[in-house]
Formats: sequence, structure tokens, C-alpha cells
Amino acid sequence: MAERKGRAVSSTSNPGGTWPHAPGFYTGDRPKIVTSRFEFEDSYTLERYLATGGYSGLRAALSQPAADVHEEVKNATVLGRGGAGFPAGNKWGLTPQGVWPRYLVVNGDESEPGTYKDRLLMERDPHQLIEGCLIACYAAGLSQCFLYIRGEMAVAQERVAAALNEAYAAGYVGKNILGSQFSVDIVLHWGAGAYVVGEETALIESLEGNRGMPRLKPPYFPAAIGLYGQPTIVNNVETLANLPWLMNNGATAYTAIGTPTSPGTRMVAVSGHVKRPGVYEIINGTTTFRDLLYGEDFCQGIRNNNELKAFVPGGGSAPWFTPDQLDLPFEASQVGPAGSMLGSGAIMVMDSTTDIPRAALTLTRFYAHESCGKCTPCREGGTWLERILSRVVDGKGTDADLDQLLEVGESICPGAFPHASNEKLGLTAVPVPYRMNTICFVGPSAYAPVHSALTLFRSEFEARVTKRNLIPVTAVGQ
Amino acid sequence: MARLTEDNVRLAKEIIGRYPKPRSATIPLLHLAQEQDGFITNDAMAHIGELVGATSAEVYGTASFYEMFKFEPVGKYLINICGTMSCALMGGEELMHHAEDRLGIKMGGTTADGLITLERAECQAACTEAPCLQVNYRYRFRVTSENFDTLVDQLQSGALSDEIPPHGTMARVRQHIPADKGVGAKAPEDVSEGPAWLNGKAAL
Ligand SMILES: Cc1cc2nc3c(=O)[nH]c(=O)nc-3n(C[C@H](O)[C@H](O)[C@H](O)COP(=O)(O)O)c2cc1C
Ligand code: SF4
Ligand code: FES
Repeated sequence: MAERKGRAVSSTSNPGGTWPHAPGFYTGDRPKIVTSRFEFEDSYTLERYLATGGYSGLRAALSQPAADVHEEVKNATVLGRGGAGFPAGNKWGLTPQGVWPRYLVVNGDESEPGTYKDRLLMERDPHQLIEGCLIACYAAGLSQCFLYIRGEMAVAQERVAAALNEAYAAGYVGKNILGSQFSVDIVLHWGAGAYVVGEETALIESLEGNRGMPRLKPPYFPAAIGLYGQPTIVNNVETLANLPWLMNNGATAYTAIGTPTSPGTRMVAVSGHVKRPGVYEIINGTTTFRDLLYGEDFCQGIRNNNELKAFVPGGGSAPWFTPDQLDLPFEASQVGPAGSMLGSGAIMVMDSTTDIPRAALTLTRFYAHESCGKCTPCREGGTWLERILSRVVDGKGTDADLDQLLEVGESICPGAFPHASNEKLGLTAVPVPYRMNTICFVGPSAYAPVHSALTLFRSEFEARVTKRNLIPVTAVGQ
Repeated sequence: MARLTEDNVRLAKEIIGRYPKPRSATIPLLHLAQEQDGFITNDAMAHIGELVGATSAEVYGTASFYEMFKFEPVGKYLINICGTMSCALMGGEELMHHAEDRLGIKMGGTTADGLITLERAECQAACTEAPCLQVNYRYRFRVTSENFDTLVDQLQSGALSDEIPPHGTMARVRQHIPADKGVGAKAPEDVSEGPAWLNGKAAL
């Protein structure tokens, strides 16, 4: 089949695959903060949840004044797991004084290429998420919670709906929770397919019933002006799923795992050319990419013992790394200066058989397709990048196209664009973040894979294009 | 064509009641309409507009932004094959070629019997299980050509009709907030004070 439409992206042998395969979560001898119940087949039921300590974190929280709970979350430095890594406790503190009501919007729109963790958390342990939402609402004085689940996730929607129905019936959600004066509704909301809605201001637009287009900044945080113009906290599913454990065990126990700047654990998905692609809960801050890609407990090396060519360290928007960066840990303060970001915990691995320009195209096409169209550099630039790159991949490009790719990219995000340092090529890393001409990161994200691929593997592009035969208008010097 | 049925209007009103502003229910109600008819009709959009206080043009403006809403009939089963990076690295594009051959249609097309529509989708949050696809948003993981053929056989014979409802039906469990348990939504302008539990004391 492959020969009909040119070369495959890479050779496609799949070592471990049976069908239908259980979604690939692998546990290990490591601390489990958010995945402790995944081993149970009925992990999503209230019965199992209560039998394994469920809702005791809520009870612990309600036994303290709200401000103390907020303080505990601040002390634990729970980093946001949606992509930006902003500490949740600090974010909750950004709401303006005396403006009511305030809302919680849960970001369950998981759709960044390579990212697979929030869906598992919603399908396998919905009560843990619900308990996390309640703790956040209590601590930050949020009077209603909207749990926004990605449209395409039918099973997650079913599991969360069932869990909410159980929790309401048992008095864990709704009026006078556990008999206290704490009352909050959690409303299940679901989308209808649009990646950009994951951006928090677009999420709010969508929740208001509009087209899901990001809002112009400032204000930078919806904590100031969000849903219906009210102070609104937007948190990722995994971020909130950390809170029950935190309330049960305390900030000291939480920060004892990982490093001071990246405490606790985080969920990562490793996909692509590894022997055991899967979702893992890893120790934050200390685990390295090498541990993850080659460790026995994790991915066990590159499939067929091939060479590693490159990997995307933090979701499709992240600049690529090469084997030179394998020893970096999951620590933003090191990954940033090395020219990329940890993003949403999505690692996509490319082995030596990978056709780099084509691999880059699958990402650029994604972002071009998902542009909401609000800003010209993204709407037009993304499409240009996709078209030019397609032409190059199809063998119809010229050497001028390669410069044009960089030029178009430059119009989306002017200035030096981040990429991995690669001593072999005599490059120095350009750290994130970048300057951009767009409202959100979708525009720059269309450029990131092109820029990384072209910077690190230029010869693969050059081999695909024809050199223009430049004929001068007049013969010079005659 | 179809406005929402009486039962669905009852459901729609329950959904609208959960939000501080009715318009927030637009997308859930569009899903309800798509569940009823298999796609979104003009009448349904006008009806939704009446229910949430928007014009049908505004409802269409919202609906047309989102990939999942279809404005023309599609197959009973919508097969979405993921085409984003992790799946492409594991043979997603080859799977699409195979699917086109097996079904005798091109990406975006529907089989002559109206049973199956084939589309390319973007990352489905199952990247470790590549290549993957969804049938009416129910997953199949690590799909080989043979798996795909089996799937098509099963869809044709009706063997999967319990697991996979017809296009339009998403979650088959709906949230229901019992009247005596819920707090109830209030328009933001009707709330002027902070929540009672922020009084410096423990709630329990
Ligand atoms: C284009 C774009 C897409 C995003 N998609 C998601 C997403 O699917 N899920 C998510 O949690 N955050 C996503 N984010 C990040 C959110 O805007 C927001 O920062 C996050 O939900 C905040 O939660 P946290 O602080 O708990 O991480 C996205 C951001 C951008 C710019
Ligand atoms: S960068 Fe792209 S997706 Fe983001 S607001 Fe602008 S046009 Fe929309
Ligand atoms: S790339 Fe196919 S599911 Fe993520």
C-alpha cells in the first residue's frame, strides 16, 4: 500500500501489538499519587473509591479553614500539568478580592499531539478528579465547577457522568457536602472537536456557547476575568487529581518526592518507536529522558534496537531534542534553557528509519488545520507552512522552499526560535519562550516542528528538493 | 425536518438549568440534536436558538466551528483514523490507504449503503496505542489491516451494535442532578457575596 503514496513516515513494525489492546498504562515500583487505583478493574466506581481511601482528602480539607487548604497547596508547589507548569496555589491567589461569584473550569480537553493521560484519569478514576475539584472550590471560594471533557471522548464522558451521579446521591457533591456549609455543583460539560479549545480563554468562550476562539490578552489569566467576565480558575485534570493525595498526606510528603522546583510525580505518555510505548507516572524533576526511553521499568529502549534519531519532549508544540539531550531530567529549569519545554508530558520518539520531513508534516498539518483563524500570521502562515512542506515531502519543492519555510515561520514568531543545542552541528540552544505575532501558541506550534526538523536535519530536506537553475536576466559583464 | 422531540426538550431544559446563562448549553444541545437525527438540521438549530435565547444564525455560527457537528447525513458509523504524528510513525497513513481500498471510498466519503463514513482525524489521546481509530468515538487500538477488515465485517453484520451506538450518540449515561441535592445555578449578576464557607472557620 505504502508505495501508492510514496514513502511511509517510517518502517512500521509494531513489536507489542495485539488487538484490541488494553490502553497502555504501566505501573512500577514508584510512588503513585494519581494512578494508585488503576490496577483495579472497577477503579471508576464509588464503591472501589471509598474502599481505597476515597473522599478522605475532602474530609481532611473541610476540617480546616479554606485559607489553610489554599496555603497547603501553595506550599506543595503543585505545578499545572496542562502545559504551562504554573503552580496551582499561586494561580488561585490571582483572583481579585471581593468579586463574586468565582468559577472553576476543569480543562479535560486533552488534544495536544502525543498527550495521553487526562483521558485515563477521567476514565479510570473519575472520583479522584471530582474530589480534586471539590478541594479546589473549597480552598479558593469557587461556587460552581464546570468539568469540560473533550468532545470525542465518549467513554470518559460516560464514566464521569456516572461518577457524578453516584457522588451526588451519596452527598459528596451538591448542597451541604458531608453535612457542612460547603455547597458546590459540578456540571459535566463536553466539547465537539476543536483542539484550540484547550487554550483556557477559548475553553471559556466555548463554555459560554461560542466559537472556541482564544481571547486577546491581557488579561493574561482568566483568574481576573473569565467565564461570564467573572474570576475563573482553569486547571488541568491531572493538576486537580493531585489534590486528594496532597490533602491526605500533606505538603511535606508531597515535596519529599521529586525536586523542590518540580515536586511530586507527573504522568507522561511515550509514543512512537520505543519497545514499550505507554503511560507512566514518573518522579518529577529527577527522572531523565534516558531513564524513560531506555529504562527496564519504562520503555525498554528503541524498537528493534534501532538508533534513536530525535524525540519531541513535551507535546507537538515543543521543539525537538536529539540523543544529545537524553540526560536532561523532567525539570523545566533545565529543559527550557536546552531549547524546549516539558509541556503536557508527551514524548514522541523517532528512530533511525524515520523520514523527518514527513514526520514534521504530520504535526504542522495538525496545527494548520486547528488554527481558529483569528490572527492572520497563524491562519495564513500555518497553511503556507503546510503547503510548502507538503510540496517538499512530495519531491516537488525547490531549494527556495526551504528558505521560504523559515521566512514564513519568522512572520509568525519573529526572532530566534528555540531549538535544541547540538554540538555536533555547532549549534547553541535558543531557550524558550519565543516572541510571537499571534494571540495563542497554535501559530508558533505550526512552525516548531518545521524549525526543529530543518535546523537539526537540513540535509534530509535538501535531498528532497531540486536546485533552481538561476538564469540571470542579462548576462553579466558582456 | 426535525425540531427536538418532547422528551429531548425536557432533557434540554434540564441541561440549560445547570448553567448560570442558558447559552452555555448550546453545545450540549447540539449534541442532543445530533443524537436525535444523526446530524444537525436547520430546524434543530432554530429550536435550540429559541431554547437558549440566540438566533439560529448564532447557533450555526457556534456549531460550524466544531468538527464533530455534521450538517449533512453521514454513515451510521463514522470511522476516524488518526493521522497525527505518533500514529503516523506507527503506520497510520498506511492504515488509511488500506481503509480506502477496503471500503472502496476516499477519505471523507461514505459507502454506497450509507453504513460507513471514513475520515482522517487528529490526535485522539491514545498515542501510545498507535495507530488508532475511533468508530463513533469508540476506540480501536493498534489497528492492523486485518483488524480493520474484521471491524468492517462486524459493523456490516451488526455484531457491534451493543458497543457502538449509531452516529450522534455520545455518552449513554447522562448527568442528572436531583432537585434536592443540587445547589442550582444562579446568574452571576444575582450573586454579590462570597461563599458562606469562607468565614475563616473549618466547614466540618
Ligand atoms: C493551543 C493550546 C492548547 C491547550 N490545550 C490544553 C489541553 O488540551 N488541556 C489542558 O489542560 N491545557 C491545555 N492548554 C493549557 C491551558 O491554556 C491552561 O494553561 C491549562 O489548562 C491550565 O491548567 P494548569 O495550570 O492546571 O496546567 C492549552 C494551551 C494552548 C495555548
Ligand atoms: S494563534 Fe491561531 S489558533 Fe491561536 S488565536 Fe491566533 S489564529 Fe487562533
Ligand atoms: S497521534 Fe494518534 S492518538 Fe495521538
